Amino acid sequence: MRFLSSRRRHPLAGLVVLLFALTAVGGLYTALAPEQATADNAQTDMVEGGRQLFIVGCASCHGLAGQGVSTRQGANYGPSLVGVGAAAVDFQVGTGRMPMAKVDTQAPRKPPVYNEEETEALAAYVASLGPGPAIPDDEYLDISDVTDEELAEGGAFFRTNCTACHNSVGAGGALPDGRYAPPLTDVEAVHIYEAMLTGPQQMPVFSDEVLTPEDKRNVIAYIKKIESQPTYGGFGMGGIGPVADGVIAWVVGLGAMVIAAVWIAAHGVRVAKKDEGVQR
Amino acid sequence: MSDRMEPYDASASEVQPQDGRGMRGGAVPNPGLPEHQLRPTDVDEGLEKRAERQIAAMFGLATILTIGFCVAYYTVPEDSTIFGWSGLNFALGVTLGSALLLIGIGAIQWAKKLMDDHEIVEMRHPSVSSEEDRRVALAALSAGAAESGIGRRPLIRNSLLGALGVLGLPAVVALTDLGPIGDTSKVASTVWRRGMRVVNDVSGVPIRPEQVVQGQLINGEPAVLVPTGDEERDEELGVLHGAELLAEKAKAAVILVRMRPEEITATEGRENWDVDGIVCYSKICTHVGCPISLYEQTTHNVLCPCHQSTFDLANGAEVIFGPATRPLPQLQLGLDDEGYLIAMGDFEAVVGASYPTMRQS
Repeated sequence: MRFLSSRRRHPLAGLVVLLFALTAVGGLYTALAPEQATADNAQTDMVEGGRQLFIVGCASCHGLAGQGVSTRQGANYGPSLVGVGAAAVDFQVGTGRMPMAKVDTQAPRKPPVYNEEETEALAAYVASLGPGPAIPDDEYLDISDVTDEELAEGGAFFRTNCTACHNSVGAGGALPDGRYAPPLTDVEAVHIYEAMLTGPQQMPVFSDEVLTPEDKRNVIAYIKKIESQPTYGGFGMGGIGPVADGVIAWVVGLGAMVIAAVWIAAHGVRVAKKDEGVQR
Repeated sequence: MSDRMEPYDASASEVQPQDGRGMRGGAVPNPGLPEHQLRPTDVDEGLEKRAERQIAAMFGLATILTIGFCVAYYTVPEDSTIFGWSGLNFALGVTLGSALLLIGIGAIQWAKKLMDDHEIVEMRHPSVSSEEDRRVALAALSAGAAESGIGRRPLIRNSLLGALGVLGLPAVVALTDLGPIGDTSKVASTVWRRGMRVVNDVSGVPIRPEQVVQGQLINGEPAVLVPTGDEERDEELGVLHGAELLAEKAKAAVILVRMRPEEITATEGRENWDVDGIVCYSKICTHVGCPISLYEQTTHNVLCPCHQSTFDLANGAEVIFGPATRPLPQLQLGLDDEGYLIAMGDFEAVVGASYPTMRQS
């Protein structure tokens, strides 16, 4: 240090410091800046790729810029996608609901048309149209270390918020005018989360501020738990309740017994030989 | 019984009705019973033995299955599964069900193949009791009446009638609490009062308007009905417990939904009852009181799963379908100093099932 401090007023000291600074700045730029540029480019590419897919597959209903399409009567033909966010796209496209096969009261779940990369690109494009909910963090989708207490709380949330439409065992249920709440069986955790977050179709939204990400994870854990449980009563019949159970028991069960009784009474093998006092 | 049955006599060609009434005019001769036909087991001793062995085998197998039930009860693990069903319940059902079925089939086989199957005719007989029986019964009744002296002691008889009549009163007195005659304050009011926060059910999280997005549904409760888990804080808030909590929760539960303010057609006098398009209604159906939260954000309709009463939350929760006769009571919302949603008072209309004499709101 004495060497440096004793020469700090040397005529060439300023030059040395300048060289040093330039090298440092140049080095830092090489190390950091190009990487950011690549990331930005990748993001832009993805949005552009998503836009190309969107124009081909989605624009006929949602408009060329995702602004929505109205019918001549002013009804909603395809809703605006500005501000629906990446989560809504990941849910609708990831579960095959979009693109719709035909105009209908409700988009049914079907095998997805787009692969994961294409879905991601579409999500990136729609997310670029306006701020909206993003695809949820993996942290809140991992239900492997949910405790029993959290599972029970998830059950309480499920019974309060979900069972009205989706049934107490997640078997789904009917809604007016041909609409329905779909069954929750075999749905990926991320899609359950996104449905709560975005409220697809007629489903209401459950925002992260009110039903927190932890609460949502617990709800997902509960849904997965009841899905994995064996049906203790034998045939579950969709778990749609005591009325259905009663109808089956009374109509099918008792009906089968009546038919069996009639059949038993009507059938009996006889021989042609008449009774000639072969009494035993 | 045996005196009313006449074993069928194979030699008799006809069976005549006893009084001949069924034969008026004699147009159709009584065909009598068809000739008795024998079964294979009646004529072939080998088949008879075989049937006997089969039936005994069924009863034997039923015995083994019943013992199997007892064994399965202790040996099959509770968490085992088979075809997606509980292994234990499956084993118990199969063993006991099959045992009962085999006993039943065995009994039927026994009756159909081996038991004597000669037809018999049982004539109808008058359902009236015999003259003798009726005379004895009436005599016993008169003797009882005479011995008790009910005719001779009008004081006792009338006071007994009075006592029995008054027995109806407790039912009337006790049931007045259910209806509109007695004290209706318990039915007509809830724990909601001005300044009480609306919290998310189960978690008890208080709600700010900016946390509620377009199309959101919140199943809410008054803050005093959701324990916070912190006893001191509960004490401070006046959180209810036990039976009282449940009784109040049954009336005070609400649903909050958010729609665009221009979509709301407010009932007259309730123009400012929402907060930026967040409206709050009772969760208890006005038909027979089922909790309802079956909400469609696209139509703003909430549907009762019990009897399909449908309410339009964009239009003062007007009934648009189903047996309910009055709208869901609305709770006026406001904001407290910290920006949380609060009630501006109790419901004005009575919450829950309507009763006949209730004033319509």
